Amino acid sequence: MKLTLKIWRQAGPDAKGAMVDYPVSDVSEDMSFLEMLDVLNDKLVREGQQPIAFDHDCREGICGACSLFIDGRPHGPSRHITTCQLHMRKFKDGDVIHVEPWRAGAFPVIKDLVVDRGAFDRIQAAGGFVSVNTMGNLVDANAQPIPKLDSDKAFDAAACIGCGACVAACPNSSAMLFVAAKVSQYALLPQGRPEAKTRALNMVEQMDTEGFGNCTNIGACEIECPKDISLENIARLNREYLGAELSKE
Amino acid sequence: MARQGLFGSSLIKKYWMALTGLFLIGFLVAHATINAMIFFNDGGITFNEWAHFMGTNLIIRTVELVLFAGLILHVVDGLMLWRQNRAARPVDYAFAKHNANSKWYSRSMGILGTLILLFLIVHLWHFWVPSRNIVGSLEPYGSDAAGRENLFALMVQVFSNPAVVVVYVLGCFSLFWHLLHGFKSAFQSLGLNHRKYNGFIAFCGAAFSIIVPVLFAAMPVSMYLGWIK
Amino acid sequence: MSILDAKVPAGPIERKWSEHKDHIRLVNPANKRSIDIIVVGTGLAGASAAASLAEMGYNVKSFCYQDSSRRAHSIAAQGGINAAKNYPNDGDSVYRLFYDTLKGGDYRSREANTWRLAEVSASIIDQCVAQGVPFARDYGGLLDNRSFGGAQVSRTFYARGQTGQQLLLGAYSALMRQVGKGKVKMYDRHEMLDLVVVEGKARGIIARNLVTGELERHGAHAVLLCTGGYGNVFFLSTNAMGSNVTAAWKAHKRGAYMANPCYTQIHPTCIPVSGDHQSKLTLMSESLRNDGRIWVPKKLEDAKAIQEGKKKGSDIAEDDRDYYLERRYPSFGNLVPRDVASRAAKERCDAGFGVNRTGEAVYLDFASAIERYGKMEANVHHVENPSPEKIRELGMKVVSEKYGNLFDMYENIVGENPYVHAMKIYPAVHYTMGGLWVDYNLQSTVPGMYVLGEANFSDHGANRLGASALMQGLADGYFILPYTIADYVASDIRTGPIKTDTAEFVEAEKSVRERIDKFFNTKGSEPVDHFHKRLGKVMWEKCGMARNAKGLQEGIEEIRKIRDDFWANVRVPGKPNELNQELEKAGRVADFLELGELMCKDALNRNESCGGHFREEYQTEEGEALRDDENFAYVAAWEWTGEPGKDVMHKEELKFEALKLSQRSYK
Ligand SMILES: Cc1cc2nc3c(=O)[nH]c(=O)nc-3n(C[C@H](O)[C@H](O)[C@H](O)COP(=O)(O)OP(=O)(O)OC[C@H]3O[C@@H](n4cnc5c(N)ncnc54)[C@H](O)[C@@H]3O)c2cc1C
Ligand code: SF4
Ligand code: FES
Repeated sequence: MKLTLKIWRQAGPDAKGAMVDYPVSDVSEDMSFLEMLDVLNDKLVREGQQPIAFDHDCREGICGACSLFIDGRPHGPSRHITTCQLHMRKFKDGDVIHVEPWRAGAFPVIKDLVVDRGAFDRIQAAGGFVSVNTMGNLVDANAQPIPKLDSDKAFDAAACIGCGACVAACPNSSAMLFVAAKVSQYALLPQGRPEAKTRALNMVEQMDTEGFGNCTNIGACEIECPKDISLENIARLNREYLGAELSKE
Repeated sequence: MARQGLFGSSLIKKYWMALTGLFLIGFLVAHATINAMIFFNDGGITFNEWAHFMGTNLIIRTVELVLFAGLILHVVDGLMLWRQNRAARPVDYAFAKHNANSKWYSRSMGILGTLILLFLIVHLWHFWVPSRNIVGSLEPYGSDAAGRENLFALMVQVFSNPAVVVVYVLGCFSLFWHLLHGFKSAFQSLGLNHRKYNGFIAFCGAAFSIIVPVLFAAMPVSMYLGWIK
Repeated sequence: MSILDAKVPAGPIERKWSEHKDHIRLVNPANKRSIDIIVVGTGLAGASAAASLAEMGYNVKSFCYQDSSRRAHSIAAQGGINAAKNYPNDGDSVYRLFYDTLKGGDYRSREANTWRLAEVSASIIDQCVAQGVPFARDYGGLLDNRSFGGAQVSRTFYARGQTGQQLLLGAYSALMRQVGKGKVKMYDRHEMLDLVVVEGKARGIIARNLVTGELERHGAHAVLLCTGGYGNVFFLSTNAMGSNVTAAWKAHKRGAYMANPCYTQIHPTCIPVSGDHQSKLTLMSESLRNDGRIWVPKKLEDAKAIQEGKKKGSDIAEDDRDYYLERRYPSFGNLVPRDVASRAAKERCDAGFGVNRTGEAVYLDFASAIERYGKMEANVHHVENPSPEKIRELGMKVVSEKYGNLFDMYENIVGENPYVHAMKIYPAVHYTMGGLWVDYNLQSTVPGMYVLGEANFSDHGANRLGASALMQGLADGYFILPYTIADYVASDIRTGPIKTDTAEFVEAEKSVRERIDKFFNTKGSEPVDHFHKRLGKVMWEKCGMARNAKGLQEGIEEIRKIRDDFWANVRVPGKPNELNQELEKAGRVADFLELGELMCKDALNRNESCGGHFREEYQTEEGEALRDDENFAYVAAWEWTGEPGKDVMHKEELKFEALKLSQRSYK
């Protein structure tokens, strides 16, 4: 099939960017979206042009590196998949497809479609952990049973890949779903309880410091999250934080 | 920069939004109930009786101050959210399909709120200002059968203007959309989310968002059409 | 040829590690503060090591090429992690895990290392649970286990199909905790491009800031390479696009020996290649083999018809199907180890029985599992005389619960519903057992440089068992290196910070810069991938699942040609001082082009078949791998001598004291 791509090109962090048109032909429906971009880049390099920079690594939907706003939506039109899992059979001949980077002040563009998501790491460093050192003589892993339901819910939250689609989708550029997923995972497990309060307070503080917007419960994040992280987690964070804030000394 | 103080973090703002929102929802219930007294269609006797009580009771008048404070908090908090959220995305998408993942009214709470606020100013100008003798008074409308000042008569007069009726109906529409998001959103903000009860909350929210604005809208409309005299 | 000293401690195997630990020199807490350690890589090995070292008090600098350390390729591991916990009470023990690993690796790993791996495995699970890793649990709230390719006990811990992700996020959280405390300085989007050796010791690295293009010098008292495997030398593999050999290869050129580079694991259950545009291959979890049956048609004409699209798998009658694994290996059936399963698939496809357009695919069929589960469910729910449709429906539900996400993933990529049409799979490059040579302390032949995780050669011999790589990465990073490194850095407590303005750093930076300039100055016409694809094809055909002397010699010739062509005709657009992904790729491919030759050379040298290394000349009459313990029970460690292809080999003889060598049989 033949397609027209409208792609955001920006030479560097401080450069002015613009949407540029790229017609592509011979697109096979078995290609993934990123493979289609590979083919385009191959052509651009041969023609002496600059290839399009985009983040990607695992190409199987788990590392969270890929991050494109495709056809008006983060990770493209399909639900519960990442950009690298999107295949061209989702499009039809003649389609015009917009491709843009995540847009948020807290995710500045580095080049073309590549953005800096370092804010997520800093949020994690503010409290997204259990303070346990490496020890060869810890209690046995089975010493403390954990109700399956809690452990399953913790897993659901832990499935977040840190891709940032929630921020990209949110009209407020809020990072609540990401933060809530992490806070929830630990809040649901006994290992995470001792630090639950400080964790919620510190991670939210860092989130605000990074300049993400405020959550107003629009719910776009949940729909666009490739890992189906639920809004329930945001409610849990709201609860955890409220409790922490009220009992803070 | 970390955000501190009364409006502290983004979450504290969210709680204020939810709490003041729920408070205003409570007010709407009271307001709608009292105003619904006009539907007795008794020439405003019952309604004026309630209005008189509301206007003269010391407790109610004090609560009124709290109400205004709540409203202002809701508005100021909302404006702050709106401003910060705009600032969080300095460069917008060239092409975005927002409708694919969210409802327009959820994304437009600021606009809807502003419309409601504008409507509210008109509304206060129409009724609250004269009834509190701030500018003008209810005197020109005389007393009702029971000898109380006649707020009802003012209503009849205000709603005889079709333009006003349209503005009120539009105001109620804004309120409907605002509540449709706001009601359940308040619960979510306070962390009251549970798979078992979410459906119930959503149902109540939808029902409330329909019933209250419809009730309100019915007042100017029925007066204008002369059903209520 | 010299003999390498592995520094394996004396004593009975089960006491070696604890006694060794007891006699390692210690560094007191105050002195740890004056020791800097560079950790390259943030996968399971790197993140766990960096976090542990920082907790102990060392100053750590951590590097990865991704935009966040959380994205290291360990994140992609699906199946699980082994540990000798014996929770299911099925007779597992440290000894059995050791035995399975050594046997699974075809007796080509260092016995003492393998034992130690099994020994510390249980602690890994304790550690991860304490960190909040949400492993799968049963209804009683205790940890669940499953059995995994090649093992007869259930010792695999898992977190749905995302075990690697959960373990890595656990290690990442520990790492981030130290970053927050300022004990680890994180350098993401940084690629190590050279090792700096000062007076014979590893004292730092040259790294390129991938955002600005700047070359940076980083000094330290010790350098840890935890940079993962080099499967991408085949272009198509299940590895992440950025996985590379560059860090290891640069270290190799600075004196670290490369051990057994030809040992490559080809995973049997991957989604087949669909066209030239293919950029990577997707693994379908090994767990599918627990319920899926692998087959091809018995008759060549059926296979032909399927290849031409005239017939479908479902058109082939039961009697005309060849369940070749069950036929050849009755006792393990579809659960034989990976190397055996992969080779068997290749054998059938080479004979013309493949089941897709290119003839390079076999069926992985769930029809009988669906029926079996369906009948079971019907019994459980007291459905009287269930119709075949009802059975299918009930069975599909069970299969979907177990493998739903994998089935969805398959359908998404292939565009075919695997509940209706049998899945098609084919082997793909997955893991490299070979890697930098390390001694028992995980130290390479360059003093002060340690190698952890998939990047070293150590514990899996010629074939790795499923769920053992995660175990090794975390064992190395959490429980082995943090002890062994003390012995080395103990003598550095008075050294003071390593200066980076010395001649060695200047020279290393200069050589990196010259190479980058060379890429730009070549001004050829072909993009980097063009060469990578050509290299991959040669590697797959000549140094892949089956190898022979003639092919390997041809392979070496062809690789040389591609390498020459690369340096004459590659085109790298853009500038060096910006984010330049083509430049990144060029550097990696240039190194693969040298490594590829060494892999062929190593494969050519090893005149036997063992594990993932199958030399066609050395097989039994039934086509099974034929080992030569007399002549090849050694580790081949290659030393760089200045030019690609000119490496010389050193041997580490493998001695087996705890276990007697036996022929591996899964019949
Ligand atoms: C699809 C798939 C599924 C798997 N499933 C399983 C499983 O179920 N069970 C199991 O036990 N094993 C499994 N494995 C194998 C296992 O995941 C890996 O062997 C293991 O995770 C490797 O960990 P590592 O820490 O050594 O390296 P990696 O996780 O690969 O990390 C490498 C790190 O090095 C960095 N790096 C590399 N080069 C450079 C450089 N030049 N400069 C700077 N940084 C660099 C990278 O940024 C990264 O942080 C699987 C592998 C794959 C590919
Ligand atoms: S919550 Fe979902 S969308 Fe947001 S970062 Fe995590 S996986 Fe991505
Ligand atoms: S490239 Fe890893 S999730 Fe898409």
